Amino acid sequence: MFSACAKLCLRCRGLLSPKNSTHLHCVHVQHGVTVGKPSRISNRFLSRGNHTAAQSRLNWKRQTSCCYDYTAKYLTTEAKESKHTDDVHRTDVPEYKPALVPTVAALPLPQSQISVEDLDADDRLSALEEISDEEAVGISIPPSIPPASVSLQDYVDQSETLTKLVQLGVSLWKLERRPNVGSMLLRLDFNRDVAPCLLFLKEIGVEDSRLGYIISHNPFILSENLENLQARVNYLTSRKFSSETVASMVSRAPYLLNFSVKRLDNRLGFFQQQLKLSASNTRNVVARLPRLLCGSLEPVKENLKVCEIECGFKQNEIQHIVIAVPKVLTASKRKLTQIFDFVHNTMKVPHHLITKFPQVLNSKFLRLRERHLFLEYLGKAQYDPDLPSYISLDRLVSLPDENFCTELAMATLEDFYLFQKTL
Amino acid sequence: MRSPAVRMFHRLEGLFCVYKPAGVHWKLVRDTIETNLLKGVNDTPAPPLTHQVRFLPNPNNESKASGGLMLRPVSVPVLSKHPLVTGPEFQHLKVGVGHRLDTSSSGVLVMAVGNGNKILNNLYGIQTTRDYTLEGEFGMATHDFTHTSRVVERSTYDHITQEKMERVLAMLEGANQKALRTYSSVDMNSQEAYELAVKGLLGPDGKSVPILTGLRCIRFQPPHFTLEVQCLNETQKYLRKVVHEIGLELRSTAVCKGVRRTRDGFFTLQDALTRNHWSAADVLQAVQKYSSKKNKKKKSSSGTLTDKATLQTSEETLAVSQENKADTEETTTEVQCN
Repeated sequence: MFSACAKLCLRCRGLLSPKNSTHLHCVHVQHGVTVGKPSRISNRFLSRGNHTAAQSRLNWKRQTSCCYDYTAKYLTTEAKESKHTDDVHRTDVPEYKPALVPTVAALPLPQSQISVEDLDADDRLSALEEISDEEAVGISIPPSIPPASVSLQDYVDQSETLTKLVQLGVSLWKLERRPNVGSMLLRLDFNRDVAPCLLFLKEIGVEDSRLGYIISHNPFILSENLENLQARVNYLTSRKFSSETVASMVSRAPYLLNFSVKRLDNRLGFFQQQLKLSASNTRNVVARLPRLLCGSLEPVKENLKVCEIECGFKQNEIQHIVIAVPKVLTASKRKLTQIFDFVHNTMKVPHHLITKFPQVLNSKFLRLRERHLFLEYLGKAQYDPDLPSYISLDRLVSLPDENFCTELAMATLEDFYLFQKTL
Repeated sequence: MRSPAVRMFHRLEGLFCVYKPAGVHWKLVRDTIETNLLKGVNDTPAPPLTHQVRFLPNPNNESKASGGLMLRPVSVPVLSKHPLVTGPEFQHLKVGVGHRLDTSSSGVLVMAVGNGNKILNNLYGIQTTRDYTLEGEFGMATHDFTHTSRVVERSTYDHITQEKMERVLAMLEGANQKALRTYSSVDMNSQEAYELAVKGLLGPDGKSVPILTGLRCIRFQPPHFTLEVQCLNETQKYLRKVVHEIGLELRSTAVCKGVRRTRDGFFTLQDALTRNHWSAADVLQAVQKYSSKKNKKKKSSSGTLTDKATLQTSEETLAVSQENKADTEETTTEVQCN
């Protein structure tokens, strides 16, 4: 274990510029490792068993910086200085620049004897040895952040932006997987870029608890121009969306304000013309499913064609279905046709009844099938409102299992589960 | 110190079985179970964040004027271990599936979590049989032996009686018994073969052609009929082909409307979890029930490990197949009084 730690320290010494003062620092580190907690490092390494080989290699590097944590004391001014230099020189892969040139007179240990002298150096240098104030001030502590990393874990404690984002509730672990998002977040300055955007969102009425959700799903809203965002909100209010509606739409569809005014206009126009809905109905539909304005229009057109041609609904029926259940416009075509086929051909429910209860098109197919077959087995599958003991489709799909068994099927829950095992 | 998530995961390790619904790919079932187990394991309370002492500058500006930087020690939480930064503790679980089922078949699907996958491999090695219920319909023959694909031939079936059916099934059973003997790696004229046959352990070792060790008709109402089979090394397509061939033997045609596995080795329909019970808590219960049953059996029986396994298999299969015949009779009576 000791030899492994020694190798770690030798490697990290290689990363730094070979100055005598840093060598001093490394000796202290070695102390920390051997005297302190060697087992912690092994535990940390084992717990990351799920990561890939590339990440494990970088984990070794991260642990070398962890060595520094034990003995180094953070001087935030120094850290900020190094961060600024890093900011200026940073590209996609943040470059590492050692912070200050040390001025302290170090112990005269020749470079060539490092590996051997290390072990004996313990006798000569001690962490408890008194040094003068000038020496103490002159010790340069290199910043412990690695030059490049696949994870934002290494930077979150030092970066003010990332700390504040975590406090807001942003899932950094999801964002760091997306290409280039991690570097973008690191480059943002909290007071210059992030805070004005968050204040703008608060002004339009988005609740504080939703800010984390919005940034987790759409981090690019932080890099949008504020005038553009304001213009888009103004456009929506000019289309007679109330401010609370706009706030709720932005909360539920985080990408909404990234789209240009022209595109939003195009989309709203499409929904109004294609479905031939009145303005207030269009507003209602879009307010309930704001992601209609975010996605592409091709799947919506295809879904409308499916409803018209394959299912055979008339225009006014489609309008009614869309106003009641807007999700039909973005549903998967295969599932839509599967459910419609089962309801119309197997359950023998006519079109006008399906139009009356469009929730059935949004339900889970397996659930619908099990319940219908159970009712058929019991002889209670009767969906015609004119005949006695009528079962409405919306209750069939929306009631939870227990209520379905007691009220509609008049059987016990165990019988329903046993019946499911015979299908 | 193991976190509560790791402790929950260790409790989940083992075997359990699930009732796969028809029309769903087995991979989807496995993915759903993995998602639900991950939800259950990651919902356990996270350990509290460690704190670190840092020297932060004083907030008031006077310190700069008074010369030198005034620092004060502050204990701040280490955010690099925060769950929003590291992600959930478990992001992937090893969930394995035993003998697979077709998309259009339903029934008992054995699954294993974590270390249970090793036991699953052993189960594959031991020659366990599986129990199926095949729903058939006379009158048509299709492209891939199911009732939903392209029809190739239609025929009458009025001439089919139960007696003829029993004769055809007996002939098939005979052929399968012969195959059983030929594929077992012992010489038929030896004492060893006799002893194995007495214990009921005569059978192929490892891969062989699909063999039906048991076959009978439990319901006969032309055009519909139901068969019960016990088989080894089978695929669901082979079973549908068997139904098709029965139709041909009876000088008519038949299609298979449903293949339902009622037993896989030790796991029966009773232990199978239906879709509403696919959450982590139910799976935990099922895994612990299975392991307690296994421990009870280990204590009660004696002998070497391998013999025990095979003995148990044959005993279990006999006991379970008897249990199952009772089960299926119950279900058939249920269906008939409808």
